Amino acid sequence: MTASSSLSVPQLTDDLSTPPLTLGQLGWLRFRRHKMALFGGVTLILLLIFSIGGAFKYAEKYANFNDTAQRLKPPSVEHPFGTDSIGRDILARTIYGGQISLFIGFMAVLIETILGILVGAVAGYYGGAVDAILMRITEALLNIPTIFLLLVMAKFFGGKIPEIHIGARAFSGSVVVIVVIIGATSWMYLARIVRAEFLSWKEREFVLAARATGTSNLEIIFLHILPNTIAPIIVSSTLSVANAILAESYISFLGMGVQEPTATWGNMLDKSAKYLDTAPWLWFFPGMLILLTTLSINFVGDGLRDALDPRSRAI
Amino acid sequence: MFQFVIRRLLQGVVLLLILSIALFLLMMNLGDPIATMGSGRALTRPEDRARLTRQLGLDKPIAVQYLYWLAGNDWTKVDSDGDGVPDKNGTRVGIVRGDFGTSLVTRKPVSEMIGERIPNTLILMVASEIITIVFALVIGIYSALRQYSVLDNFLTTLLFIGYSMPVFFVSLMSMYIFAVLFKKWGLPYLPTVGMFDPQIGKTLTQVLWHMVLPVTSLSVIYFAAYSRYIRSTMLEVMSQDYIRTARSKGLPRRQVVYVHALKNAALPIVTVIGLDLPFLLGGAVVTERIFAWPGMGRLFLDHLSRADVSVVMGILMLVAVAVVIFQIITDIFYAWLDPRIRYN
Repeated sequence: MTASSSLSVPQLTDDLSTPPLTLGQLGWLRFRRHKMALFGGVTLILLLIFSIGGAFKYAEKYANFNDTAQRLKPPSVEHPFGTDSIGRDILARTIYGGQISLFIGFMAVLIETILGILVGAVAGYYGGAVDAILMRITEALLNIPTIFLLLVMAKFFGGKIPEIHIGARAFSGSVVVIVVIIGATSWMYLARIVRAEFLSWKEREFVLAARATGTSNLEIIFLHILPNTIAPIIVSSTLSVANAILAESYISFLGMGVQEPTATWGNMLDKSAKYLDTAPWLWFFPGMLILLTTLSINFVGDGLRDALDPRSRAI
Repeated sequence: MFQFVIRRLLQGVVLLLILSIALFLLMMNLGDPIATMGSGRALTRPEDRARLTRQLGLDKPIAVQYLYWLAGNDWTKVDSDGDGVPDKNGTRVGIVRGDFGTSLVTRKPVSEMIGERIPNTLILMVASEIITIVFALVIGIYSALRQYSVLDNFLTTLLFIGYSMPVFFVSLMSMYIFAVLFKKWGLPYLPTVGMFDPQIGKTLTQVLWHMVLPVTSLSVIYFAAYSRYIRSTMLEVMSQDYIRTARSKGLPRRQVVYVHALKNAALPIVTVIGLDLPFLLGGAVVTERIFAWPGMGRLFLDHLSRADVSVVMGILMLVAVAVVIFQIITDIFYAWLDPRIRYN
């Protein structure tokens, strides 16, 4: 050893003296190379600042305040995004609508991820009859276009939950309904990904070792196997946030989503098609915000895939 | 192969049965169909409501309603005059024997209503699917062959935007630009709503003219997803050893790309298209609504809001059956394209 170390290139010893990078640092290095992902991340932060910070400038009362004398006013200094058909300020409504749209996006994905992991992990780990039943249910749900399922479920659960009060603010109960139904109709792809991961990981030696030492099935699933499958789950969930926000905007656009006066970007667009030629600002601003949000989330998701899960293919 | 098809068909039947039960349960809380039926004549007297409920069989337990919907009620006595006593044999033969039931709103057979809408939906969806596939192949292959070129980077970014675009935003933007602004500027402008101008009638040119905007909007959305997919499969195939071999033995580039690479890249692409096709039958709910296109998606929306169970169930089951059949066709096609695949 001593002989060879005296021969070694100084550069090499320098390299070894710096501590190796952690997985997180490696991921960040790869993520940083993806310029569009960085752009998406920054835009997403700006959008969050817009919808949370904006609330300090405009009170929620102002967002719901209607003045029919001010209806359908084009963008001006007083109303930068113009006013809607009953004279509400669109800028203020996009701020509060953004809070709800983003909230729905993230919460629906939380439900989706929990359901997807549970179904996928149980089906993949236990196999056999459990797997067959769970996968048939998954396939049955995939047989119907999601938008149809969403609309039927929105109608089924619609108008049942009373208003929710958090602090001084009141939210339409339909927000919760929409979160639940989007979560409940979108877990199938994730469940398939998780199942496929579990099918391969459960054959590894460390699982055998864990079983031999008497570890319970639950512990093997959640503590031993699940941490290995986290990269594809993170990537898929990130991309799902964009889909959840789109899904909310579709059902709200069709008038079956979140009910007024609670604003979302989607329900602000509902009925705005009627003012297509006379008041384009009605649909332009909320539509543009939805596009920016989904675009930046997709960029971030793409970057995360390159960073965390480089083996998988971008589709 | 024959055994494989039979097995898949049997699995499909079980799948459809489970699905129909789940959907039928969801149908039971859509609202009061009696409140919205007929042409505006509200039933005010409670005894009329009760009579109608019995006549329509809506007083029966949900399991019985499902059974009648599934297998018909011609084998049992039903209460045809609504007096509370079952008197005549039913007339429905159930969806398994091809009877989709009768719409509560229009009192017309559901199969007839769906039959009227299917052609409208299909011309819209098939046109956009064909345009999508052709353009996606051109762009996808070009991008893959010139990976990281300026045009590829530009196209990839543009596709990403299209992929993230909500369909209603594309529709509203295109309507605003090509109908509203063009009209304002005195240019020839496109029609925005409907399938034809009622004053001119349903002529071929009218329908084609009205199709331009909805087909463009739909194509933008599908196109982005498809060409991204084609680009990545082509990239993967182009890095394979047999492509290098084909190149090194001096085959023309054209032949390498379109024969060796594309044929292998076609496998996953065919799967995606095959699985997407049946969904075209359901139409594009949002697009049809925006452009007031009289297709299946709008039929679904209109009758869902009026709790018209037989129409809504009919459309959902039609799509589900199409999905099952197309999955089997895709599998067979896949085996034909790739002889290595054997179904046993």
